[in-house]
Amino acid sequence: MNDKPKIIIGLIIFFAVFTFPFWYNHGAVSSAPEPKLSDKAKQAKQCVRDTEFMRTEHMQLLDEWRDTVVRDTERVYEINGKEYNASLSNTCMECHTNKADFCDKCHDYASVEPYCWDCHTYPKEKK
Amino acid sequence: MENNRRNFLKFAGVSVLGLGSLSLIDGLTSDDVVASSGQSPEATFKKSKNALTAKRWGMVIDTRKLNSQICRKIEKACHQVHNVPHHEDKRHEIKWIWDTHYKHVFPGKQDEFLAERLKELPIPVLCNHCANPPCVQACPTQATFQREDGIVMMDFHRCIGCRFCMAACPYGSRSFNFRDPRLDDAIKNENTEFPTRMKGVVEKCNFCAERLAVGKQPLCVEVSEGALVFGDLEDPQSEVRQLLKENYAIRRKQNLGTNPSVYYLV
Repeated sequence: MNDKPKIIIGLIIFFAVFTFPFWYNHGAVSSAPEPKLSDKAKQAKQCVRDTEFMRTEHMQLLDEWRDTVVRDTERVYEINGKEYNASLSNTCMECHTNKADFCDKCHDYASVEPYCWDCHTYPKEKK
Repeated sequence: MENNRRNFLKFAGVSVLGLGSLSLIDGLTSDDVVASSGQSPEATFKKSKNALTAKRWGMVIDTRKLNSQICRKIEKACHQVHNVPHHEDKRHEIKWIWDTHYKHVFPGKQDEFLAERLKELPIPVLCNHCANPPCVQACPTQATFQREDGIVMMDFHRCIGCRFCMAACPYGSRSFNFRDPRLDDAIKNENTEFPTRMKGVVEKCNFCAERLAVGKQPLCVEVSEGALVFGDLEDPQSEVRQLLKENYAIRRKQNLGTNPSVYYLV
């Protein structure tokens, strides 16, 4: 145990480096963002489905829409007696005109990069 | 208690059983998550009331009514509404519908004394929406598929850009996005109602599936001044069948067995 000091110094350095992300980000944690509704979406009050469903499962819904529209050629989504054109650009973005404040806020926070926008269009935001 | 192997095994066995049953109890008492998620039963999909339907969509192109002006108009309208990018470099060209000369449209039907009229006439060519499409067989991801109404569709979400379909198509109807179509201002006046494509996918004519779904004829037919006629090939009363009954029509590379759905009256 002649190298005791060296080992202890090494261990201290190791732990400092190992825990670096934790103390570096300490205090920098931001709260989960609130997506901002556009005026049009506020007025409509009700989305295609209820808010809770949309919040947790909009991706499954969109996925289902895309398969049904493209592959089964059925483009009308009917629920609670209402009919919607199953289209991201033409139905969702019609109300949620603010992609940056509505979609991107949460997606950035959750670090997900949906590739919808590689092809699908969204309303240009006025800057 | 004496610490021997026998006691150790007993203890371990009981522990495993106890821990295992914990998850069982947990599963029984928790809410049924699976049942509450997913689609509620009242959500359904259907076609629009106005949607045009057919057993097998087809097109008749009357070359006697064509001129280069109409061809220009057709190409422009189609490429505009479908956000087809225009690249200056020919190697990156994307085409859904375009026109070319008889000798390129019908190689193998080149008569020594071809009618004068046909030699220089521009003839529109597009995806033939074959009844026996080789591209669909070649596609490894089923991104290209045949709809029930005969339209050979592309699901751009699934295209991996392998270009097998391009090799398989005997008509050169497919184009590959070598470049990001959104770059370099390649799409002028983007139609926001129709998506663009992304770099690395193949694209082609879709017989205006998005217009048929809302009860409209394909755009090329609409602007063609009667030169292009669209309809159900399986319906003997349809306009296309009437035209085919009364006129001699030819199809492109028919001997390959692809059974194209686009007929040409010459």
